[in-house]
Amino acid sequence: MSSFWNIWVWVLTLGSLVGCFLLLRWCLNDHTGVEEGESMGHSFDGIEELNNPLPKWWSTFFLLTIIWAFGYLALYGLGSWGGLLGWKSSNQGILNLAESKAKTAASLTEGSNFLVQYDREVAAADTKYGPIFDAYAARSIEDLATDEKALKVGQRLFIQNCSQCHGSDARGTTGFPNLTDNDWLYGGSPETIKETIMHGRIASGMMAWEGALGGEQGVKEVAAYVISLSGRSVDPVLAKAGKGKFALCAGCHGSEGQGSLALGLPMGAPNLSDNIWLYGGSKRVIEESIRYGRAGVMPPWKDILGEEKVHLISAYVYSLSQD
Amino acid sequence: MKNAHEKVEKNVGLFFLFTVFAISIGGLVEITPLFFQKELAQPVDNLKPYTALQMEGRDVYIREGCHVCHSQMIRPFRAETERYGHYSVAGEHVWEHPFLWGSKRTGPDLARVGGRYSDDWHLAHLLDPRSVVPESNMPAFKWLAENTLDGELTRKKLETFNWLTRNRSHKDEDGNRIKLYSDETLAAAKDAVKGKTEMDALIAYLQSLGHALK
Repeated sequence: MSSFWNIWVWVLTLGSLVGCFLLLRWCLNDHTGVEEGESMGHSFDGIEELNNPLPKWWSTFFLLTIIWAFGYLALYGLGSWGGLLGWKSSNQGILNLAESKAKTAASLTEGSNFLVQYDREVAAADTKYGPIFDAYAARSIEDLATDEKALKVGQRLFIQNCSQCHGSDARGTTGFPNLTDNDWLYGGSPETIKETIMHGRIASGMMAWEGALGGEQGVKEVAAYVISLSGRSVDPVLAKAGKGKFALCAGCHGSEGQGSLALGLPMGAPNLSDNIWLYGGSKRVIEESIRYGRAGVMPPWKDILGEEKVHLISAYVYSLSQD
Repeated sequence: MKNAHEKVEKNVGLFFLFTVFAISIGGLVEITPLFFQKELAQPVDNLKPYTALQMEGRDVYIREGCHVCHSQMIRPFRAETERYGHYSVAGEHVWEHPFLWGSKRTGPDLARVGGRYSDDWHLAHLLDPRSVVPESNMPAFKWLAENTLDGELTRKKLETFNWLTRNRSHKDEDGNRIKLYSDETLAAAKDAVKGKTEMDALIAYLQSLGHALK
């Protein structure tokens, strides 16, 4: 803050406090020239104005608020001066995350007389919860998945951060995978689950196939074949024609439609033979998927939650399919 | 000075002047100096201007009144930063005209919603909020997917933001101001949004929020 604005703040603040005090003092004296308790010579509707002094309790409280104000300013500061406490609510004025972290670290070192309220809150929480998370972080995901208490923490974190897409029961919804059915796009091992949550996943993306399949008829044929893979009854002529065209799909979904995971490939192409459908298994929806393509995205959570919390969520998610 | 008090009591004009003086002091002390603070005109390092599509999405956000139920201001309390991420700082908002901080939190804060959900999620959520969040009381915004942008005003909007931020944009190595939008960006603005839906624009805007301090 420049010195001009500093002076501006000081003069106006202290000036108005002194002004309030002078006004109060002036009002405590009788300037009317009328005896106390006598009429001011002004009456309306039968009510007469008397020359009464300000109530004692009122003027005392007014004076106390002025004294309080000076005490408050002394503790919390004015203008560029930080006050005797050196209190701040947060580190405003930072330009990047690293600077923010450095300032937090500096204000927590011993002997620092800077009291940043937010940093103190975080430090207090770290002291209390840090050891708990550290203890969990040191254990393996498989181990945590059998620990009821750890799973409770993981479930809370899941509900707070993951349920918006995967549902509060983790069974997913159209377009967002069910996490309880042990059917995985990228793998269900503890490490893979953690990797998925930490770094997110962007499906290689199924392209729109209508053109490459020779139009609407091709879409219908391939859809019929895909439906037949999970043992449902379809028009055999359509399915037979679709089987020939499925070679185009086999690159990602495998020649039997077993999915990219079964082939050890990383593109997240679902298994088409298990009758588990991410976007819906009706003929209409399967045709739509083929016609327009699909691409699911899981956002990365490393920077939002940090590894310790992701570790616990991974254990919770892993536990859901371990019955 | 016999009963000077009476002069104020019986003169409306004088009483008005004293009242205005008294209530303006708070504003003069707390608000006026902020207009001249360097810290409040300095963008954070990673701040990026809205793309043409995001800018159109921002206008949809304003038109539909999203800021009436959603704030974009994470306060420096641990309870909030645990849920939303780093608290908001002045340097993230120096290019905002008007600010969309909001004041009512019927829905969650959106200051750092960018990247938190996939585009597909936003689409499902805006078309039918209860399809993904059963307890939500947010209205559906189905018409956004049907309204197409023509981009006629997009360039003007970007130019206006160039002008509004002329004294607080980033600087190059020589200390000269870098305009938010180059002439190339301005020329391409219309085509960048033409034919896109308002839904595309709004989702692009939402996905852009809050990355500067992540």
